[in-house]
Amino acid sequence: MDHEFVRGAGKKLPHQTIHAVGRQAASIGQTVRPKRLLRESLEHTMSTVFFLCGFLAVACVLFISIYLILSGLPAIWEIGVRDFLFGDTWDGQGRKFGILPFLLTSVAGTGGAVLIGVPVGVLTAIFLSKMANPRTVTVLRAAVSLLAGIPSVVYGLVGMVVLVPAIQRLFSLPSGANLLSAVVVLAIMILPSIINVSETALRAVPKEYEEASLALGATYTETVFRVSLPAARSGVATAIVLGVGRAIGEAMAIIMVSGNVPNLPASPFTPVQFLTTAIASEMNYAAFGSLWRQALFSIGLVLFLFIVMINVILNTFIKHKRER
Amino acid sequence: MERLSFQRRFYGKILRGTLYLCGGLTCAVLSFLIAYVLYRGLRGITWELLTTQRSIINKTNGILPNILNTLYIILLSMGIVLPLGVGAAVYLTEYASNHRMVALIEFATEILTGIPSIIFGLVGMLFFGQLLGLSYGILAGGLTLVVMILPTIVRTTQESLKTVPQSYREGALGLGAGKWRMVRTVVLPSAIDGIVTGCILSVGRIVGESAALLFTAGMGVALHGFWEALNSSSATLSVALYAYVNEYANVDVAMAIAAVLMLITLAINLTAAQMSRRFKREQEGAR
Repeated sequence: MDHEFVRGAGKKLPHQTIHAVGRQAASIGQTVRPKRLLRESLEHTMSTVFFLCGFLAVACVLFISIYLILSGLPAIWEIGVRDFLFGDTWDGQGRKFGILPFLLTSVAGTGGAVLIGVPVGVLTAIFLSKMANPRTVTVLRAAVSLLAGIPSVVYGLVGMVVLVPAIQRLFSLPSGANLLSAVVVLAIMILPSIINVSETALRAVPKEYEEASLALGATYTETVFRVSLPAARSGVATAIVLGVGRAIGEAMAIIMVSGNVPNLPASPFTPVQFLTTAIASEMNYAAFGSLWRQALFSIGLVLFLFIVMINVILNTFIKHKRER
Repeated sequence: MERLSFQRRFYGKILRGTLYLCGGLTCAVLSFLIAYVLYRGLRGITWELLTTQRSIINKTNGILPNILNTLYIILLSMGIVLPLGVGAAVYLTEYASNHRMVALIEFATEILTGIPSIIFGLVGMLFFGQLLGLSYGILAGGLTLVVMILPTIVRTTQESLKTVPQSYREGALGLGAGKWRMVRTVVLPSAIDGIVTGCILSVGRIVGESAALLFTAGMGVALHGFWEALNSSSATLSVALYAYVNEYANVDVAMAIAAVLMLITLAINLTAAQMSRRFKREQEGAR
């Protein structure tokens, strides 16, 4: 039986042929290699099964997009695109659904987090890849991956217990739960992804570049900042975009520190609500089928569009890098 | 040798100093986080907390239900996502002949990685809750997490499948194995380390997840058996942390939960690091 199998292994019988052979065999009624048929059909089934598994991711993405659009659009139509996107008051009970406060807060919060997180992250990555001795690298890397692994609610909790009172006292505010606290928490949370991606990019810079620069008389520090960093800029850009993506989608860490009031982010000390935290904190209060609840789905849709946009930008970066 | 100008030395020193400062800052933030959470939390971890459920009459708090819920949801979603994710990776590395299809699937996986967990929670609530009529519970939550973790499993499995030497496959095929048999008996066993690493990372994500579970698994803190928990509101540890802060205004219990989560994260990180070290050694050994 086994050498039959060897012969069959190389060539791939189309599905139809297998069945034709099967029928023939059955009609003749002889013992024509039923085991081999079994194997062939098993092979065929398994390749279909694997294909379906592979396609699952595509199906999920399609499904999520379509479902979000279907459930997000009705409320936007009912409220009106302009009133929804640019209305500056959000009041669930008062049936006022303008998401401008959330939009601006998310943009401001993400921007602030990137402003703090990117320099610190990139500089840490430079330190890791160019300056630190191997032992420090091991420790620091473990620290970074640990930072990435800590659940976001823990960040939120520590932020609430430590950071919020500290900011309240430092600036003598009525409450420390505001945009600034959220920005600080977000900045810490996006650090790991920024460090990891930029470090990989920095390590990929060809040694010759640095050697050439050193040979021309630049100091090591100058080389790192004037040669290595510019050479790794597409990786750093990727890191920034990734950081933006993480910051804009984070919910549970900032829900506990941002104050949860739908204010326009007028100053760093305004208590605010983000796109994500608006969904998370109001979903339990909005009644089933109400416009309020549907408007929350629409916020989800807006957030999703942001993420898709970021992914497209990310892809162009990566493609650009490959083409070079 | 001519000395560098003062300006260059000065800038060099400042830049170098900034680098050390940033590296130190990252470490300091992490050490502070760990130390603070453990300092405030460990005191709260008592035998009673770990082995009872919250009782309003006795005015005691217990997180046993949440520990169990976390285990249930890990079992359920890993049980479903593991075959699916590994299957997808096998398709991508072993079966796919169409480059467009591979690019499409990889793009979709990337998008899935980027989608924030609150969106998963929203769609999970809409689909499993509203459309399929599942109530809050481990089942709806677990299925939502399956979609969320899928990319992690696919990616790590794919990476480790790529490191399986081509000669192994040729050997298996040359000995007369069919493709499925080759995958089952040669390729997958050689990639097992990577798959296990992927599982550990996924468990880490499940343990830390909260936003996707708020509206799918719910925030209930009552004790349930596995089958009961499938469709009754059950908070995992992370969600319970949020519930204790937000609903019960009990920061001490929340800190204790945070300490438990921190210990789990530490353990998971150590195991993953150990695994990948072993993985690397074996790879070098094979070469």
